[in-house]
Amino acid sequence: MNPQKEKAKTSTPRKKKKIQFSKFYPDFLIERDWDRCIKCKICIRECTYEAHGWDQKRETLTEDHSKCVGCHRCEAMCPTGAITIRKHPSAFREHDTWKPWFIKNVYKQADTGGVLLAATGCAVPFRNYWDHLVLDACQVTNPPIDPLREPMELRTYLGPKPDKLEVVPEDGRFQLQTRIGPWIKLEVPIMFAAMSYGAISLHVHQGLARAAKELGTLYNTGEGGLHASLYEYGSNTIVQCASGRFGLHVDYLNAGVAIEIKIGQGAKPGIGGHLPGEKVTEEISKTRMIPVGSDAISPAPHHDIYSIEDLRGLIYALKEATEYKKLVFVKIAAVHNAPAIASGIVRAGADVVVLDGLRGGTGAAPTMFRDYVGIPIELALAAVDERLRQEGIRNQASLVVSGGIRCSADVVKAIALGADAVYIGTPALIAVGCTMCGRCFTGKCPWGIATNNPELIKRLDPETAFEKIYNLVHGWAHEIQELLGAMGLNSIESLRGNRDKLRAVGLNEVELRILGVKHAGE
Amino acid sequence: MAFEIDAKDLHYRELNKLLRQAIGKGEKHLVLKNVNGQRYVAAGVSAEVDIDIYGVPGLDLGAFMRGPRIRVHGNTQDGAGNTMDDGKIIIEGMAGDVVGYAMRGGKIFVASDVGYRVGIHMKAYMDKVPVIVIGGKAGDFLGEYMAGGVIILLGMFSRYPERPIAGIFLGTGMHGGVIYIRGGVPESQLGAALQIEETDEEDQNILRKHLQEYCADLGYNLDEVMAEKFVKIRPQTHRPYGKLYAY
Repeated sequence: MNPQKEKAKTSTPRKKKKIQFSKFYPDFLIERDWDRCIKCKICIRECTYEAHGWDQKRETLTEDHSKCVGCHRCEAMCPTGAITIRKHPSAFREHDTWKPWFIKNVYKQADTGGVLLAATGCAVPFRNYWDHLVLDACQVTNPPIDPLREPMELRTYLGPKPDKLEVVPEDGRFQLQTRIGPWIKLEVPIMFAAMSYGAISLHVHQGLARAAKELGTLYNTGEGGLHASLYEYGSNTIVQCASGRFGLHVDYLNAGVAIEIKIGQGAKPGIGGHLPGEKVTEEISKTRMIPVGSDAISPAPHHDIYSIEDLRGLIYALKEATEYKKLVFVKIAAVHNAPAIASGIVRAGADVVVLDGLRGGTGAAPTMFRDYVGIPIELALAAVDERLRQEGIRNQASLVVSGGIRCSADVVKAIALGADAVYIGTPALIAVGCTMCGRCFTGKCPWGIATNNPELIKRLDPETAFEKIYNLVHGWAHEIQELLGAMGLNSIESLRGNRDKLRAVGLNEVELRILGVKHAGE
Repeated sequence: MAFEIDAKDLHYRELNKLLRQAIGKGEKHLVLKNVNGQRYVAAGVSAEVDIDIYGVPGLDLGAFMRGPRIRVHGNTQDGAGNTMDDGKIIIEGMAGDVVGYAMRGGKIFVASDVGYRVGIHMKAYMDKVPVIVIGGKAGDFLGEYMAGGVIILLGMFSRYPERPIAGIFLGTGMHGGVIYIRGGVPESQLGAALQIEETDEEDQNILRKHLQEYCADLGYNLDEVMAEKFVKIRPQTHRPYGKLYAY
């Protein structure tokens, strides 16, 4: 055998580097002001995507624009304000159909053959109905109320309300005969939406839990189980039961005040969840009760639920297992037939129906689902509330909505359209520093939010998370009181489903009919 | 002395209340008579007790339970052992669909056939390894999305000699755990991305350990059960979606 020949045979031919079109056109430009830069290299340390580098030979900083995700971490941390992240000015020929977004997506898929992945919520500029709804205020004929001087109640009770109350006279007084509850008392009608430990860091969970406690509201564990350190916040906790049933056991079910069956989510209706193995660290593994590094897959359906009857089966299995002490929420994505589905959910015995709209956020969803599946929450909410009223079952369950609530006025409008309370997810994350760069699924969140990398989570401590989230909701709550007072209402109960307090600007007749709202001027 | 509850005409809520009360009083052995479709028997019960059930329990027998040892002297409906954490369910007859959905620990022994979607999304964690042994045949989607644990399918004690040992889409989406099948299974019944392997000595030890207990519980002959070869079905990857995305 000729050794040389043999060697030649086994040596692999030098692989030709494949051209990657998607790397040619970065989304962002890292601009460094060299007059200000002191070459302290903080930007290199802070950037988890390695967009900043150091050229040893030239002793200078370098940038790889193609790696920049636009999180602005370097810009925020630069001690001399030398960095600006801007939209990359490189432009394609203007074309209203072939916008850069579509061109770049085609490049990405041509390069990889993969499914486009995104985070946050729907990024398509569909009509935002919140922005076409305005609120009423009192003038002259009935006076506004000043919440700083007069009592203003935001307290909300979640749970089925009885069809009627029976009272009997007893010793000259009236005694309530109807059994009420269990109900959940919220001091503000704003709860924190399901975001799993795994998708977000433990510190954010700790912050949410504490904020919920101090604010008198609830946070939601999401489907990733409940970390041992959070059991103490049980009376402010909703535990979630999704199809993967991660970390779900008797203690978990009994830990909170409610159990939410997750059927769907607004960011990705009709598909399941999936925590990539990279994010399943030691602590996540313990909480989810799955091996380290294993994909955590929640299939699209619960395979024990193929019908409303099956849903009833699970609702009552959970109630029975927790001896009827917990409320059962059922969360669905807002889809075309949401009203009929919601009716089925109420009849299946759910105490609270949760509707998550088209703009609902996520840490990871196929882009096509995030952008094009589901319907806006404003329309779904109005339609569901109306349908449940028509059927005479609106009192049998509370209605919670989420997906695109951005400010306190959105909350007020949602309640006027018929919601009992809202869930917020994205605003809570923005409150702790999220810049909506939408790369949560990489596990590299430079702000320490959507990561469980032990080094990165140090960037956001639980105390700061708590303070920021608490402040946000505290501010919103006060704004809601002001808005109520301006309308001459002194309790949120008087606003619930009170669509007369809303008027629309610039909507067509179909939209007005669905929303059940008059046009401004009417 | 066993504590007896007559389930005749009892709603499941009342039946479970009596059961919980008895367990609360420290009863260690309960006998439920005339069970007839009551759902959620022993759901969420966290205790070391023996429960003998005469009749046919309904949906979600022992759902979420941690600890009880349940013996059903008859068949069960769907959802037995749904998301159970620990304990044991022995079914002397047949079981319906979705047995052991997402179960994380404990054992389910079925003497005869089971329905569709059995052992879906079972998962193992640390020392918790759930086990389902089926004496008869299984419907479609056995072990779908399975992430851990052990399913053993014997196909010996079936009411349906004409059927294949397992339905189609066996182990679809499986990304952990193992399914053992006595005498093999036609490849046409399998989901994608799975491999059928011969069993080795370690497998034989696992099989012997579980089947010994199974045969003792159900009065089957271990030698007869072990007389045939078993095959092992495992997923090719525990990261089925690792390369799915572009970003």
